[in-house]
Amino acid sequence: MLSAYDPSGYFDEMSPQTGSFRKSYETFAQRFQQITRDDFDDRRRAVDTAFLRQGITFNVYGDSAGTEKIFPFDLMPRIISAKEWEYLERGLIQRITALNLFLHDIYHEQRILKDGVVPSYFVLSAKHFRREFVNFRVPKDIYIHICGSDLIRGGDGQWMVLEDNGRCPSGVSYVLENRRAMKRTFPAMFESVGVRPVDQYPQELLKMLQHIAPGGVADPTVVLLTPGAYNSAYFEHTYLAREMGIEIVEGRDLVVRNARVYMRTTKGLQPVHVIYRRVDDDFIDPTVFRRDSMLGVPGLVHAYRSGNVSLANSIGTGIADDKVMYYFVPKMIKYYLDQDPIIPNVPTYLASEDADRKYMLENLDKLVVKAANESGGYGMLMGPMSSVAEREAFRGAIEKDPRNYIGQPMINLSTHPTHVGGGRFEPRHIDFRPYILYGEKTVIIPGGLTRVALTKGSLVVNSSQGGGSKDTWVLYGDE
Amino acid sequence: MLSRVANSLYWMSRYIERADNTSRIVDVNLQLLLDHRNMSSQQFSEHWLPIIEATGDPAAFWKLKDVATAETVTDYLVFEPKNTNSLVSSISQARENARMVRDQLTVDIWEELNRLYLYLHSQKAREDWETSPFDFLHQVKSSSLTLQGLTDATIPHNEGWLFLQAGKFLERGDMTSRILDVRHGTLPERGVPATVSQVDALAWASVLHSCSAWDAYKSIHGAEVHPRLVAEFLLLSDNFPRSVKFCVERLNRSLRRISGVSEGRFCNDSEKLAGRLVAQLQFGTIDEVFQLLGLHQYIDALQIQLIDIGNALFNAYIFQPFQNLEAEILVQQEEQQQQGLQRSQAA
Repeated sequence: MLSAYDPSGYFDEMSPQTGSFRKSYETFAQRFQQITRDDFDDRRRAVDTAFLRQGITFNVYGDSAGTEKIFPFDLMPRIISAKEWEYLERGLIQRITALNLFLHDIYHEQRILKDGVVPSYFVLSAKHFRREFVNFRVPKDIYIHICGSDLIRGGDGQWMVLEDNGRCPSGVSYVLENRRAMKRTFPAMFESVGVRPVDQYPQELLKMLQHIAPGGVADPTVVLLTPGAYNSAYFEHTYLAREMGIEIVEGRDLVVRNARVYMRTTKGLQPVHVIYRRVDDDFIDPTVFRRDSMLGVPGLVHAYRSGNVSLANSIGTGIADDKVMYYFVPKMIKYYLDQDPIIPNVPTYLASEDADRKYMLENLDKLVVKAANESGGYGMLMGPMSSVAEREAFRGAIEKDPRNYIGQPMINLSTHPTHVGGGRFEPRHIDFRPYILYGEKTVIIPGGLTRVALTKGSLVVNSSQGGGSKDTWVLYGDE
Repeated sequence: MLSRVANSLYWMSRYIERADNTSRIVDVNLQLLLDHRNMSSQQFSEHWLPIIEATGDPAAFWKLKDVATAETVTDYLVFEPKNTNSLVSSISQARENARMVRDQLTVDIWEELNRLYLYLHSQKAREDWETSPFDFLHQVKSSSLTLQGLTDATIPHNEGWLFLQAGKFLERGDMTSRILDVRHGTLPERGVPATVSQVDALAWASVLHSCSAWDAYKSIHGAEVHPRLVAEFLLLSDNFPRSVKFCVERLNRSLRRISGVSEGRFCNDSEKLAGRLVAQLQFGTIDEVFQLLGLHQYIDALQIQLIDIGNALFNAYIFQPFQNLEAEILVQQEEQQQQGLQRSQAA
């Protein structure tokens, strides 16, 4: 089924041209050719049914009718060789190390600001900079414990970081579920191709969470704090809690007394030491942040400041997700580690710089413009696909608030063969989100979430906008 | 176990049981009507109104419907979304509770409940109901039985399971007492009627059918249906799994296992109240029931006792005294201010 595959011009992960395969795909392709079309269809249907039945779903906001949707899954795996992975791993560790040093710095000495490497203005004006936490020492000095940086590859195959997610990156449950589905579907393939496992993620996550427990607690109680059953990632929250064997709690299950956090159980109040929170800063404590938040726990921040409970991720990491800060990450790497970035950024223009803004406004039809603090594909202008009205709207927004906009050239994401029905495969654009755990040591599970834009030619891979996902195979070897 | 989780499990279980009982009541009474072809609208009302009373608030019914016919009453009991006790509402609430605690349930339980929920909201459910209400109700009953079987066979019998049991048996005991009360209009206020008309006998037989007790009753008393025997069976039977006594005993057992307190000791009021009700059913006689209070009064009191047990259980395990966000914010500010004060004094 793959011999006639036509990569049609972009950098294709599997085939430089029709009929030839990159080394890392050779064994897979050989095996895959032996599967008949009928057999493939059978297996595909079996996987779809399994996902539907188990309710591996996400919720779509603003859709009252069918709020639970299935994340479409493509059976053709994305394959990364050992050598390539080793490169990515080095690059990601370098990046998260620098980001954590940066966060520690701006919440303490602010050396990088004083030395003029990052202009103070950008940090102090950032929406997610938490003044309240200046000079607060977070447990083990770790700010971002769980990071999901989005990576892409451009036309020449060069890996680039598209953005960092240092707050509550989601999607890891799909990585684990996709792998489970693939193992059921192609059991023999795993052995012959040599794929590294990913299912240790929940244990690694739990280990990291236990590592950051407040000092003196021998057997810490770890919980996962969810916004509740209507959150788009609720499935993932229950999934991870169950895999780790910890309680999943809502804000109303927790109570703070004497600066200690307890959960309300049928046996009374029980102490909680570490909270893996999937609730954003803004909602986490109505006495400190948004007063109307019903999701948070009154007094939680006080307990946190008193050192009686640890949070992952720490409060105030959102500034690392600010797309203007993203621009400075290569400079942070140079400043703190005296290294050149291993994985480069996508070239970026800052609308607050006069020359950059001028260039952006003149080239709106060629650039991707992003609001600094939006995610999930919202607040974004895809220049070449946009209408005049959309461009004018962004022009106005940029001129009004240049601090909060950046521009990037349109990157033609690499493509990957993707099943389009009837046993046919066509190239579709993909990106990649690995999951990084920063605890006693930095752990990156060999794999991640490969998202795929299922619509032909589309570059938007977000699940809320018609994206699907693929299993990602990191090989033991290079072929 | 988290209080919220215990609460959701308890209510999920209650709502499933409620839906199950509602489907039995509707089923039996529809069948009963097949025997009475030529009823006047007055007779229809007399037949259905006690059922409305038994399953909820008649005033709520009259707000929504003008007449009490088989059509309006069954629609109210089965589909009416504004009736919080209707079959469809019950299953929706059961599913909503299940959704909150999906990590506590097995995939099988969730899928079965989800399937039932989706079915009840489908066009097909309406069509099935139109063509054969009995098949429709049969589906609901068998789904409810499947859920009970899955609950017993696929999840560990731990604390969460005990809350499921407590909810189920409290609801079932309550529903049995309500069904038994449906035909109290045929009884004198106190005392046992000497003879029973054929029509009344059929009505009392339907009470047994509604509790799936017909076969069990028959094997003890033969085909003679007398309210005294029916009441005795449904209230005081030791081993019939829908009798009030059986249910309260199971409820009591679950409560004791939840706390783990030894026999003769108590750690909260729900245990005392349940224990006392067990004793009352254990040592009471059916003649006392009819002579002292009369069946209707007795059942009224019984239902209040069950409500009290439910409330005591809620207070002991689930009640969250800090529900009010504003008040809780105030508490935090007071505490933090106090600590700030102590710190500055220490300095």
